[in-house]
Amino acid sequence: MGLFNTLPTFQRGIHPGDFKDLTRHLPIERMPFSAELTIPLSQHLGAPSKPRVKVGDTVQRGQLIAEPGGFVSIGQHAPVTGTVTAIEPRPHPTGRMVESIIIATDPFSPQTFYNEHPMDWEALSPRELISLIQHGGFVGLGGAAFPTHVKLSVPEGKHARFLIVNGVECEPYLTSDHRVMLEEYDDLFYGIRILQKILDVRQVYIGVENNKEDAIEVLRNHVPDDMACEVIALETKYPQGAEKMLIEAVLHREVPSGKLPIDVEVVVNNSGTITGIGHMFRFGQPLIERVVTVTGPGIKRPANVRVPIGTPLTELLNFCGGITDDTRQILFGGPMMGAPQARLDVPILKGTSGILCLTENEINVREEYPCIRCLRCVDVCPVGLNPSRLGALAKSRDYEHMLDFHVMDCVECGSCSYICPSNIPLVQRFRVAKGLLREQQARNKAS
Amino acid sequence: MEKKIELLLSSSPFLKQQEDTPAVMRQVIYSLLPAAAGALWFFGISALLIMLTAMLFALLTEGVYNKLTGRANTLRDGSALLTGLLLAMTLPPGIPLWMVALGTFFAIAIGKLIFGGLGSNIFNPALVGRAFLQASFPVTLTTWVAPGNGLSFMQWRSAAFTLPFVREKVAAVSTATPLSMMKFEGQLTPFKALFLGNSAGSLGETSALLLLLGGIYMAARHYINWRIPTALFATVIVTASALHWLNPETYAPFWFHLFSGGLMLGALFMATDPVTSPVTHRGCWLFGAGIGLLVVVIRTFGGLPEGVMYAILLMNGVSPLLNRIAQPPIYGDPAKFKKNEAHNE
Repeated sequence: MGLFNTLPTFQRGIHPGDFKDLTRHLPIERMPFSAELTIPLSQHLGAPSKPRVKVGDTVQRGQLIAEPGGFVSIGQHAPVTGTVTAIEPRPHPTGRMVESIIIATDPFSPQTFYNEHPMDWEALSPRELISLIQHGGFVGLGGAAFPTHVKLSVPEGKHARFLIVNGVECEPYLTSDHRVMLEEYDDLFYGIRILQKILDVRQVYIGVENNKEDAIEVLRNHVPDDMACEVIALETKYPQGAEKMLIEAVLHREVPSGKLPIDVEVVVNNSGTITGIGHMFRFGQPLIERVVTVTGPGIKRPANVRVPIGTPLTELLNFCGGITDDTRQILFGGPMMGAPQARLDVPILKGTSGILCLTENEINVREEYPCIRCLRCVDVCPVGLNPSRLGALAKSRDYEHMLDFHVMDCVECGSCSYICPSNIPLVQRFRVAKGLLREQQARNKAS
Repeated sequence: MEKKIELLLSSSPFLKQQEDTPAVMRQVIYSLLPAAAGALWFFGISALLIMLTAMLFALLTEGVYNKLTGRANTLRDGSALLTGLLLAMTLPPGIPLWMVALGTFFAIAIGKLIFGGLGSNIFNPALVGRAFLQASFPVTLTTWVAPGNGLSFMQWRSAAFTLPFVREKVAAVSTATPLSMMKFEGQLTPFKALFLGNSAGSLGETSALLLLLGGIYMAARHYINWRIPTALFATVIVTASALHWLNPETYAPFWFHLFSGGLMLGALFMATDPVTSPVTHRGCWLFGAGIGLLVVVIRTFGGLPEGVMYAILLMNGVSPLLNRIAQPPIYGDPAKFKKNEAHNE
């Protein structure tokens, strides 16, 4: 390894330390089914799903219980065999009450999954495959929970040339994608074939950061001979898992501002999502469970757990030994972009990649100092924005002016807030500004 | 049964690098310590008293201002202390202490606080204080004692405790700085004296070596933007060499410009003040180059032997403009793609 032998990566970004040692070596384990599961009809971006069951119905594990409520929407399935006991608003990890299907688990069911009709997917058209993925309930498992079939539906007149598998997992602490790549590469490569067929793409890249050397090696050793697939080891840097950054790192292409990856002939999908799709086409099982990393100094037994969707957070925490007395914050997701929870009776969602329990020691409520324009935020912003300037504009609520400084291109990765020595809540203010600006744009459109 | 835990709600990110603004300020102060120690070595207790007075009055001014205006305590951010020390480094060793106090008051109050405090000022506060003193007491501010001068550490370099506004007799053992010797007598100081600091000048102007040590440390730890001093040095080297090449008799070689007067102190510790320098790297290149050019122009063609202070203050005033014109393109900037399309056609 020479001084100039550097791994590919994107420009700027931060090195927050990966904190993955807590769980990186722990094989995925299963947890028991909870007595009651809560399936929110809205656990993805887009329209809520429409229930197809009523209270009192008996449902089988894997049965469709809600169908897509539109194009940007997905199907939902029963994660357990049991009885629908209620369809009503329930607490949701976003902090709102969301219409949900409640299923009481049948304690006597063996909960096996019957694969009655192995799928002959090669006989199906791309359109049919996309529909199966939509009804299979697939969303981006990396955290954004954007319906997968929408990304796979290439608009008329555009064409994909590259499929990038996002195995970056740049959020500190999280190891679920890592473990899935290590243990379930068969399903991953199977899923890649299906996506290749849908997108009519030959060349595939799997981007993995070099803090997952074992996964890189395993994937390289198992790439099928007839697949044009390259596993690319990337320098470990946050936020490389952001779609735009990954495209820059792998292909040295930039997605034009306001455009999508398909505009530069690329489709990016999370490795866990593709693995799930592969699993469905091999064994018929839709998205009814996912791997969640339960970690952080506040959890007694950190683990990578395969969790049925809808499992209550408390049950999962208890399965992992419970939380320590000094736990002060429980996040859905990683420390950079995760969402803190106010209550423990919320369900695990399709987009829940990790549960992070932070204690008193990690909570840093710090004094804010004036911006001294030290440029550190400019040096780290992966999009090349000027967070210092944007922060000043946000503070004086000059949101209109923020548009001139490209605030809408902000990917909300939080690198600026991480690095700021004056502890200014930069990304927090940008989120607020973007929300308000979007509302205003919607109003302008309406009038 | 269920334990009650209190869950905190706040907004991501929840990871934070540990070094905050007061820590950065402390590090810059540490980086100044070698040069400060050099000042003690060359000028003895007078230097110590000047530095202590400046730092004390900087804290005092800001503390009293905070009290009077009901603002939160800002002394902990360390910026007042740093401004005090920086100002002291620009002063001649023979200056009466009451002038130091007055200059510090001006630097903090007018240079920083009336703009809204740390982060809001346009001009480098320490240089504002120094400019004020230079304008008010030109004779004292340009009276220099030679370093060492055969005095022991405890001997005063001047009447440090002169009462305010008493016309003081200029110290007997005054001498000229390398810059004024060059300007008015065409006499070049040898390189070694300049580099190691054995020449007359302000407290922090003498040893280029000790200042460079601090500067390299700061640049390596990213406390300063290395582009500013680099651009500054490069411009000085190029313009001074060009002039020297035209007429070696009149114009000093580049190393003389580089290592004499306040150039090192200014380039490494004043021009790099993040608050008053541009916020983009392109802007910083232009900013440093502008200062370098102005320094050589003022020193060579102006009425004063030294021009670092005015060069930096002038460029401070330009830096908002540089921010405006030197915005780098963002990721996926539409302009980049228009260019490509035009290229393809």
